[in-house]
Amino acid sequence: MRLAGRDPILEVERVELRFGGVKALSQVSFSVPEGSITAVIGPNGAGKTSLFNTISGFYRPQAGTIRFAGETLDGVAAPERAARGLARTFQNIALFRGMTVLDNIKLGRHAHMRTNLLDALVYWGRARREEMELRAEVEERIIDFLEIQHIRHAAVGTLAYGLQKRVELARALAMRPRILMLDEPVAGMNREETEDMARFILDVKEEWGTTILMVEHDMGMVMDISDHVVVLNFGQVIASGEPRAVQSDEAVIAAYLGAGDVGEIARRIRADAA
Amino acid sequence: MRIGTLKTSYAADEALFDTALQRGLLVALLVAAVVFPFVASPYWLFLACLCAINVASATGLNLLTGYTGLVSLGQAAFMSVGAYTVAVLEIRLGTPFALNLLIGAGLAAAIGILVGIPSLRVKGLYLAIATIAASVILHFLFSHWTLTGEARGLSMPPARLFGIAIDQPFSLYWLIMPVTMLMVLGAANLLRTRIGRAFIAVRDRDISAEVLGIPLLRTKLTSFAISSFYAGLAGGLWAYFFRVVTPESFPLDNSIFYLAAIIVGGMGTILGGILGAVFMTLVPELLKFGANWLTPIYPDALSALAPVRTIVFGALIVGFLIFEPRGLVEIWVRIRRFFHLWPFRT
Repeated sequence: MRLAGRDPILEVERVELRFGGVKALSQVSFSVPEGSITAVIGPNGAGKTSLFNTISGFYRPQAGTIRFAGETLDGVAAPERAARGLARTFQNIALFRGMTVLDNIKLGRHAHMRTNLLDALVYWGRARREEMELRAEVEERIIDFLEIQHIRHAAVGTLAYGLQKRVELARALAMRPRILMLDEPVAGMNREETEDMARFILDVKEEWGTTILMVEHDMGMVMDISDHVVVLNFGQVIASGEPRAVQSDEAVIAAYLGAGDVGEIARRIRADAA
Repeated sequence: MRIGTLKTSYAADEALFDTALQRGLLVALLVAAVVFPFVASPYWLFLACLCAINVASATGLNLLTGYTGLVSLGQAAFMSVGAYTVAVLEIRLGTPFALNLLIGAGLAAAIGILVGIPSLRVKGLYLAIATIAASVILHFLFSHWTLTGEARGLSMPPARLFGIAIDQPFSLYWLIMPVTMLMVLGAANLLRTRIGRAFIAVRDRDISAEVLGIPLLRTKLTSFAISSFYAGLAGGLWAYFFRVVTPESFPLDNSIFYLAAIIVGGMGTILGGILGAVFMTLVPELLKFGANWLTPIYPDALSALAPVRTIVFGALIVGFLIFEPRGLVEIWVRIRRFFHLWPFRT
């Protein structure tokens, strides 16, 4: 594989996640090479978002470990994971709708700022310095980069869907992430918006050196920009590798299109019924 | 009247008062606040001090309820902690009033943190009930403890500065008004830093707040601490103002009063807390004025004042929730928006 030489930044090892009797993830193992774009694909209900929530720290897996930059994430709470450089966006945008774009983006930096209550009340010294540094960086690196200057003072709730997705990406970038997890970054977007987003994702990787892990249904985009693809089905990894190899994998084709032989399926159903 | 914003630095864009008109209004307001005690009667000074104390406490509650989304009915109880602490320190030790106020506020903050601990698990109405429970416990404690004068309460000497007693509305004004202004300024500052943003994040979507590295419990407890610190300080000022603290000085009704003030004024805005507290403090005075005016026609008007006051408060809350859910501040915002481009476009 092209990226075989690089160390993995995120390693998921034999992770098991159950909700009562439902197995959301079983024996899921894969790794994300540093500096790559890795895509997790799979049919609806395959466990992709459960996997993301497990990595972010919302769900505690029953077994298995997740290692980030060589350190285990077992028992590490979600905010601490964020502080270590794990950023993510959500499938159904999780921005703060009443706040301005600028404030939403600034929130991303929370864990990296040191201003305490006393500094904040007087807004002098550290508080002022940190806020000004943050503002300058947000403006010059993030807002400029994502081309959202015109909406910086707008309330997020008033923006179009595609722009909101971009603001969410901006907020994640403000977290200075080492790995950026994108949950369906182009879902519900038109062709043009999708192409813009794909360009931004590639630029984040190139210019910021951030590793990207994304869940996406748009196969065209996944195959175009990712270096590495992991396929989930019914909570299990059924294939992983370079996009081209995965595309022609029989198990993957079967998962997406169904097994080939109709007579075979009919026989199986009859056997189940008996 | 504002044509464009022509700012050349980030600091200018982040300033609290960012236009010349706003700064002009602020200066005018400050001048008015300085001139006021020299022209107003003691009665109006008394009202101004009461307004200022209520603004301080309502601003604290606004940080907790308006910005962090945690409903509390304990604001009056936290005030009582500040008031009793100040009274006990003044009577027993006679320490300087600034120190007493800070100790009272600090103690209120500590108790606020304790009361806030369940907020990680319980929200909304359930949290409100938990804060009522805390109020009842504090009320019981103060009305049975010999140190706090049991049911009789405490009468205390006035605050002293360089041996001069601060016991008249005129001198009290110079103690209470600056402290309140500093508190409001502090709250406004707080809200443009990471801490204020974290409050709003916790209020709007606590799950995505966690993903951004905002620890929920710590943020909620910070909010409880600062809110009850404000209440404690306001309670301390209240004690120096009235100089009698009894278990009935801070009933549960007062907590509802502060909640009503921020609803009427506009939750989640600093200006809303100020407008609401002033408005709610002055409504009973307006009613009293109306009752006096009615006495020649209807001799019992004054005796009907208490029940009418309750009804009017209730009607105001319901009325604002239905017709102006964002409070008085929204009316101000509309006026401002109208004049933004006036007279070029209306």
